[in-house]
Amino acid sequence: MELRVRALESILSEKGYFEPAALDAIVQAYETKIGPHNGARVVAKAWSDPAFKQALLDDASKAVGTLGHVSRVGDHLVAVENTPNRHNMVVCTLCSCYPWEMLGLPPVWYKAAPYRSRAVKDPRGVLADFGVSLPTQTEIRVWDSTAETRFLVLPMRPAGTEGWSEEQLAELVTRDSMIGTGFPKTPGAPS
Amino acid sequence: MDASAAARATSAVASIPRDDDGPVFRAPWEAQAFAMALTLHDRGVFTWPEWAAALADQIKRAQAAGDPDTGETYYLHWLATLEHLVAAKGVTTPDTLRRYRNAWDHAADRTPHGKPIELTPADFE
Repeated sequence: MELRVRALESILSEKGYFEPAALDAIVQAYETKIGPHNGARVVAKAWSDPAFKQALLDDASKAVGTLGHVSRVGDHLVAVENTPNRHNMVVCTLCSCYPWEMLGLPPVWYKAAPYRSRAVKDPRGVLADFGVSLPTQTEIRVWDSTAETRFLVLPMRPAGTEGWSEEQLAELVTRDSMIGTGFPKTPGAPS
Repeated sequence: MDASAAARATSAVASIPRDDDGPVFRAPWEAQAFAMALTLHDRGVFTWPEWAAALADQIKRAQAAGDPDTGETYYLHWLATLEHLVAAKGVTTPDTLRRYRNAWDHAADRTPHGKPIELTPADFE
């Protein structure tokens, strides 16, 4: 399907019907409306259920597959866990390397060359641009999805959420927190 | 693209899958196919009633051929309608479409995973 779409797109843009960038802009307007967005539910379950969390870290594709409501997921999904000592962030050049089944459409900056090159060289600087600051002793690990592997960051569960249901917790999980360029929302803060 | 163009599309084409805010898509390519129809409509290639009729035809043909019509194939029909209409309106020819499809296929085959797929003149040979 992708190739049929690309064939049409290249013919029409060569003929001047539109600029590829204009098409991207329309698609981007639906950023939050593409794909099933299962990531937040997966993260919330991992926060609530230690056995599921372990299964997720052992084999994310398999663990996600055990959740009945998730219809399909990449074959090689790897979950990487944030801890006080280590923060994970994910980069890739292609949207096909992005787990859109989990996270919806990749944001524009994710596909942009500056993000990818700077994320590897200067992850702390990139995170600062996103308003994320980490203690200096926290190691930052950058995962590049070059092989057929897609990464999902498992962020740390926010404090003050003891006793919350999975549904409540899922509300706190942002897309950026699963890419590693943000944190989950703080309980009680305006969303 | 303003939201009103999409709103006009969804009101003219009643079958478009949507939620309270507007169209929803199961995969990125579906949104691209939607965006292309929106743009071609803006350029006056077809009207929405024309589009809706062509799409309904496409769906009817597919159902006659055994499409289960569970909604999962909606944008497949949408894409086939695009291909049909651009040829019918003389924007391009079925032959050009075929050549580009084969070229993209070739480009995808030779491109290692993790690299952006780009079309080169050699892909047409």
